[in-house]
Amino acid sequence: MAKQPNKKQEVETTGHEWDGIEEYNNPLPRWWLWVFYATIVWGIWYTIAYPAWPGIKSATAGYLGFSTRGQVAEDIAEFETRLEPINATLVAADLNEIRGNDELEGYAVNAGAAVYRTWCAQCHGSGAAGAVGYPNLQDDAWLWGGTMEEIHYTVSHGIRNEDDLDAHYSEMPAFGRDELLTREEVEQVVNYVMSLSAVNPPVDESLVEAGAEVYEINCVACHGEDAQGDKFQGAPNLADAIWLYGGDYDAIYETVWNSRFGVMPPMGGADLSEAEIRAVTTYVHQLGGGQDPE
Amino acid sequence: MAILDKHTILEKNITLLSIFAFLVVTIGGIVQIAPLFWLENTIEDVEGMRPYTPLELAGRDIYVREGCYVCHSQMVRPMRDEVERYGHYSLAAESQYDHPFQWGSKRTGPDLARLGGRYSDEWHVDHLRDPQSVVPESVMPKYGFLEDRLLEGEHIEDLLRTHALVGVPYDEDVNGEPSTDRFENARADFLAQADPDSDYDGLLERYGENVNVRNFDGQPGVSEADALIAYLQMLGTLVDFSTFTPDESR
Repeated sequence: MAKQPNKKQEVETTGHEWDGIEEYNNPLPRWWLWVFYATIVWGIWYTIAYPAWPGIKSATAGYLGFSTRGQVAEDIAEFETRLEPINATLVAADLNEIRGNDELEGYAVNAGAAVYRTWCAQCHGSGAAGAVGYPNLQDDAWLWGGTMEEIHYTVSHGIRNEDDLDAHYSEMPAFGRDELLTREEVEQVVNYVMSLSAVNPPVDESLVEAGAEVYEINCVACHGEDAQGDKFQGAPNLADAIWLYGGDYDAIYETVWNSRFGVMPPMGGADLSEAEIRAVTTYVHQLGGGQDPE
Repeated sequence: MAILDKHTILEKNITLLSIFAFLVVTIGGIVQIAPLFWLENTIEDVEGMRPYTPLELAGRDIYVREGCYVCHSQMVRPMRDEVERYGHYSLAAESQYDHPFQWGSKRTGPDLARLGGRYSDEWHVDHLRDPQSVVPESVMPKYGFLEDRLLEGEHIEDLLRTHALVGVPYDEDVNGEPSTDRFENARADFLAQADPDSDYDGLLERYGENVNVRNFDGQPGVSEADALIAYLQMLGTLVDFSTFTPDESR
């Protein structure tokens, strides 16, 4: 072991001594001591300047009047003031003229993308490609219409929800479950519907003809004679290759038997402002499938 | 500094040392403990908060049991980005009936404090069954088994009584008058909320109009999924923010 230098001569002792053992009295470094005193002073200042001391009814508010709530309100107000002019223009603009106005469209698409990621992506996917039961917004197949006005309405009021009386509403009968069709008829019509679309050929060609008859009586009213669907009732096109709940035999069978009841919450009202709704409408419209008014 | 040398008096007298040490600890103790007795006044009065319905309470227990809090917080902090993403920042009052609270500090998934009404019940069913089917980038585990586990609610009254013991006003009616209605009808209310064809007027009478009565999982019977979705669809929807004026000093 290295021999410890004898510091006895240089360092003063506390004067405590026991059995010849003495206690050094090394003073704290000056810089440390002053920093320590400074933190005490700062601490006292802090409790005066900021909300700190609890009282019986409430705490002291602090000399500077700081509050986290005040600050967040200020932050939000600052952004609102900055965006106010362009939001006002967006709200005042004709829906069909937003696209084509470079400045407005640029703003709406970017702001809309942010709204989309916050409010829409969970169902329609972060790339808007949808999922089973949640429509793809990239394509040009629209259940309730794909013009700016129609998208705007759907975003504002939603679909089949109980919160907004103006929500889109339609309900396909549960043909099998409610015994409107026999099992045999359901099998026939499912095969017929599969024959309409190019995706999957019918499982049993021999049932197609009988299925056409079942279709004629039960399905035409909503899906149309040519099976092109009806956007006023949210009835999907059955002749294209796009299937919301799947286009294989089992999925279509399930749809005919139990029906489907997809719900979208309304985004208007408390959730999004009119400017935000218009922004996200523009964003969705420009994804690829947006339609022009007829 | 001669005054500092006086500490030898304390150090060499055990009685004096004990007295002064006691004084110091007392001051520290008062500063830390006394404010807890006025904790109530940190909770502002807001309109709309009500105790959870029996079904929501059962759902909350499932939320805790499955450890949802490990990845999901339930507190929107007062910051602009959070308010824009999730909605109004959380208030203390919104957790006042939580035992224990679910604020959390870890967000592997998003904050859930304002989840209620944001998605459809069907979405919740799909998402619990297979989170990746609706959110491909999600790392959440699957909870489809909740649909298969039916709840009878035979102990739901005891659960309410336990919460009443720690201060949740299940022993009162909607107007704050003492009443045992919520206990006596606990099981009926539990079953009624998941069945829109039931007679649920009593449930609304005991918990107010702001109660979702739906078949949450779309299947017969009250499953754990029903309870959990009922709880999730209620989160953050109770306080009426149209009548709320923030107290700036908080």
